[in-house]
Amino acid sequence: MSIQVGLRGKAWFEALTGKNSPMAGDPDSVLTADVKIGEDTARFLCVVPNPQARFPCARRGEVGLEEAYTLAARVNEVIEQNTSADKQPISARPIIAIVDVKSQAYGRREETAAIFLACATAAEAYASARMKGHPVITLVVGQAISGGFLTHGYQANRILAFDDSDVVIHAMHKEAAARITLRTVAELDRLGHEIAPLSYDVRDYAKLGLLHKLLHVEDPDKPAQATVTQVQKELIDAVADARAGSTDLGNRLTSKAARETRKASVAARAHIEEQWIKA
Amino acid sequence: MSYATVIPEFVLRQSFIELDARARAQSLMDPGSWRELVGPFDRIESPWLPEQGIAPQFDDGCVVLKGAIAGKATVVIALEGGFQAGSMGEVSGAKMAAALDLATRDSQNGKKTVAVLLLETGGVRLQEANLGLNAIAEVMASILALRQHAPVITVIAGTVGCFGGMALAAGLSSYIVMTPEARLGLNGPEVIEQESGIEEFDSSDRALIWAINGGEQRVAMGVADELVLDDAQKIAAIVRSHVEAGLPAVHRSQQVDLYRERIRALDTSRQIDPLTLRETWGGKTTVSKTRKGVTR
Amino acid sequence: MEQLKFEYPSAKRRVTKKAHVGVVGSGDMEVLMQPAETESANVSILTSVNGFSSSWKAMMDRFFSKYDGAVRIDINDAGATPGSVMLRLEQAVEVIES
Repeated sequence: MSIQVGLRGKAWFEALTGKNSPMAGDPDSVLTADVKIGEDTARFLCVVPNPQARFPCARRGEVGLEEAYTLAARVNEVIEQNTSADKQPISARPIIAIVDVKSQAYGRREETAAIFLACATAAEAYASARMKGHPVITLVVGQAISGGFLTHGYQANRILAFDDSDVVIHAMHKEAAARITLRTVAELDRLGHEIAPLSYDVRDYAKLGLLHKLLHVEDPDKPAQATVTQVQKELIDAVADARAGSTDLGNRLTSKAARETRKASVAARAHIEEQWIKA
Repeated sequence: MSYATVIPEFVLRQSFIELDARARAQSLMDPGSWRELVGPFDRIESPWLPEQGIAPQFDDGCVVLKGAIAGKATVVIALEGGFQAGSMGEVSGAKMAAALDLATRDSQNGKKTVAVLLLETGGVRLQEANLGLNAIAEVMASILALRQHAPVITVIAGTVGCFGGMALAAGLSSYIVMTPEARLGLNGPEVIEQESGIEEFDSSDRALIWAINGGEQRVAMGVADELVLDDAQKIAAIVRSHVEAGLPAVHRSQQVDLYRERIRALDTSRQIDPLTLRETWGGKTTVSKTRKGVTR
Repeated sequence: MEQLKFEYPSAKRRVTKKAHVGVVGSGDMEVLMQPAETESANVSILTSVNGFSSSWKAMMDRFFSKYDGAVRIDINDAGATPGSVMLRLEQAVEVIES
C-alpha cells in the first residue's frame, strides 16, 4: 500500500521518541527530540511535510532552505554540547536521522537563496558529528531521494532501511528519470532488475554494500509495539557497531556486498593510491 | 602608431572554457610539477555504461593530477563536462574521493596537500544512479576530512556549470571561483520547470537562469568568492593565491546561524529578486581586470 | 553497442610514443594510440552506434594505407562522423611522430 511521503517518517519519529513536535523556534517540518535508547540519550531528527511552510515548494516533505538550516543547527548543537571546556571527554551522543523525504525542494526561491549552501551546511553538520565520534545512524523508513538524502541521512556511519516496497532510495524519481534519460518507466524497471545501481527496489540497493542492515518489519505504516521495540534494538546495535568502527565511510567499501558490487570503486581507489605513492 | 605594438587583449587571452578537463587541470599547475594518476591509458572505465549501450570514456570523465601549485603540494581533480555532462559515476567518484583521501593522509603525515576541484557537472550520472549518488556523499565526506588540514578550492568555469549533488560539494569548499559564464545551483532550470511548473521557472529564460545561478550573482551575493573572466592565466593566478592563503578562518558552510537568519528574514510571499540579495547578503565581487578600469 | 577489431600486419614500423586524443561527447570519440605489443598494428573500437562496421573498416583501411606505425589503437565512439574519426587519428599520429 502506497502512503504519502513523509507520513511514515512522522509515524516512526513518534513511535521511537514518544514526541511529535519541532523544538522551540523551529519550523514544523523538522522534528527533533532527545530520547534515551539503551544507555545513551540520542538526538532523533526527522523532516516531515508541513503544508503551512513559508516556502511553497517545500510543503510536502521536501528538504528546503528552512529544513536544511534547522537540521544543521540542531545537529551542531549536539556537537557543541559535547565539547564544553571543563568536561572530561564523554561518550559522544548518537544522532539518529529518520528519513522519509521526497527530495530536495524544487523552487525558484530556493535557487535564488542558494539552497545548495543550505544543504551543504546540514551535510557538514552530520559529517562533523560523525568525525568527532558521534555515532550517526540513518533509518530509512520511506523515501530517500537525491539531494534530500545527501542533506539528511547520507553522511551517517550506518544506514538501516526497512525491507518494504514503499522504501525507495534513489537519485531521481522514476517519472523524472524516465523523461531525462529518454526511456519509458517500464524500461527503467527492466533495467533496474539487471543493473543493481539503477533499481528502485530496496533489496537491490542492499546489494550495493552501502546498507548496514535491511530490516524486516511487520506493518511499517502502523507498527505494533513489538515492532518498535525490535527497531529500537537494531538502532542500539547500530550505535555500538558504529562506535566500534572508524569515523569515516569506509564500511561502504569493505562490506561483503560492496566487495562484490563495488569492485570498480575498490580497483579505482587502489590504482589511485598505487600511483599516488610513486608520483 | 604601428598596430603591432597595440595587441588587443583578447588576441593574447587563452580561454579556459575552451580547454577540456585535462588541459584545464594542467594549466593550473606549476609547469613540470605534475603527474596524471589513473589516466586514460589505465583504462579504468565505467562497468555500467556499455551494458546500457553508452560509450564509456577511458578515464571515466575524471582527471587527477598530482603535483604543485605555487610550490605547494596540490592535487587537481577535474570533471570532463563534455562526457555525460561531467556527471558522477562509480569510477569517477571513486577517483575523486580517493585522491582527496590521499591528500588528507599526506596532510596528516606532515605534507599538507591542497585540493583543487574543477567542477563541470550536472550531478549524479543517472545511468549509475545509486552508485553515483553515494559517490557524491563519499566525495563530500572526503572534502570535509581534508578541509581540516588544507583548503579545497572549487573552480566552476562553464559551460556545464555545477548542479545537482555536486553543488553541495562546491558548497563545502573553502573557496569558490567562478566565471560570468558559469552557473552554480542545486536544481537546474529544466528540473524545476518539470517538477514545479513553468510559472515557477521558465527554463527557456536564459537571462533569468544567469540572474539566479550565474557567477556574477553568486559572487555578488557572497555565496561564491571570486569572479574571474574566462582567461586561463588569470584563473591560474587566482587559484595560486588561494593555495597560498591556506584555510579560511571560518568556512561558509559553517556559518549556519548567519544564513538561518537570512532565510528567516526573506519575504517568501513572492519570488525573491536576486539583486536584493546582493545588497542584503553582501559579499564582494572581485573581478579580474583585463585593463585598468575595465571589468569585462 | 558494438565492439569491432581490425588487424594490419603490414604496419610494422616501431614507434615509441603514446597519444590520447578526444572526449566521448555525443557525435565525438576518443582514441588511445600506443606502441603495439606485436610487430603489427591492431585496432579495437567500442561504438554506441551499431551497423557501421564496414564504414569503420573502410576508414581504418584508408588510415593504414598511409600509415605504417605498429600501433595499438583503442577507440571509444559515440557517433563521430568519418571526418571527425580521421581528424582524431591524424591528431594522434602527430603526437606519436613528433
